[in-house]
Amino acid sequence: MLERDDIIEYSLHAHHSEEEGKKIRKKIVFVTVLLSIITVVEVLVGVFFSRYEFDGTGTWMAIKYMYLGLTLLKAGYIVMVFMHLGDERKNIRWMILAPYIAFVLYLIFIALDEAVAVGQAM
Amino acid sequence: MSAEATKAIEPKVLWGGGRSPFSLSYGKMMMWFFLISDALTFGGLLVSLGFARHAAMENEWSWPSSDQVFTHFPGTHASLPLLYVAFMTFILIISSVTMVLAVEAGHRMDKKKVTFWLALTVVGGLIFVGSQVWEWSTFIAGPDGNIFTWDDNATLKQNFFLPLLDSAGNAITKDGHILLGTEGPQAYAMFFFFITGFHGFHVFSGVVINFIILLNVMKGTYEKRGHYEMVEKVGLYWHFVDLVWVFVFTFYYLL
Repeated sequence: MLERDDIIEYSLHAHHSEEEGKKIRKKIVFVTVLLSIITVVEVLVGVFFSRYEFDGTGTWMAIKYMYLGLTLLKAGYIVMVFMHLGDERKNIRWMILAPYIAFVLYLIFIALDEAVAVGQAM
Repeated sequence: MSAEATKAIEPKVLWGGGRSPFSLSYGKMMMWFFLISDALTFGGLLVSLGFARHAAMENEWSWPSSDQVFTHFPGTHASLPLLYVAFMTFILIISSVTMVLAVEAGHRMDKKKVTFWLALTVVGGLIFVGSQVWEWSTFIAGPDGNIFTWDDNATLKQNFFLPLLDSAGNAITKDGHILLGTEGPQAYAMFFFFITGFHGFHVFSGVVINFIILLNVMKGTYEKRGHYEMVEKVGLYWHFVDLVWVFVFTFYYLL
């Protein structure tokens, strides 16, 4: 084993026992099933409620926001469970998420707001 | 997962120097930093798609109906919207799962299991890249099925989601207005090939990186090192690729 004394090897402390592993695998299976179900729901809605038929209606608006909600839910599970961000310290979690979310929310707002103005001008 | 991250450590000690306040190794933190910058790139690309889309909003028919864009499936000529893309999405999710199982096995120092799950991850990635090749070539080939003729290319040349034409051959809306300068389909196609191409490149490089790490696992490099953190780091990248696809799937094929 190569151990260095100048840095703390956090990676060496990351091991877990067989029982803990069982619990973690259970969680992985749960998230897998959940992600699959969400995808199936999205696809079924996409097949039976085509934008081609429903565009401009309230139904389509509801479907649109449902898609966005389900996508964010999927993304949350991938980041928090698969990427283990949920198991990290709170400070690194927010250091990664907060600036990104703030920046992207602003980018979405300014781009879409301007786009509507450009669309009206054309 | 990492025991160090769940330990209650006084802020004074945590931030007092001589250790990482995040209880993260250097490599893992740098992978996160890289992923943030990569996420900004993808975020920028998808927002620019949204820009083009909302600029075309005035005319609701000028943008292709996403779920009708790709209706092919290998071995059949039936119109099956979304099915193939759903298959690709599923493959990527499953390969993400095998990756997280490899990471979990790594935390138990189970070399055999890591090898098994990581190999499956590489296979899943290859299936995804192969599926994308098929999707692109079918897409480019268009209705005549010939990839070398670009003139009939429905996606790039004309709005085939708008079959309504008036007597003079102009494209019209449902209420009979003539559509002028509908750039929707072309813009859609450009964004489509750029963003799915950029994502596909990420998948491809992910497969290559995963394969290299797999070779190291089999050689016993990480067994000797005492931990499988390299698997965890490439795992982060691989999950990120899956994460991006979740958004690409929504913004291209659903909305």
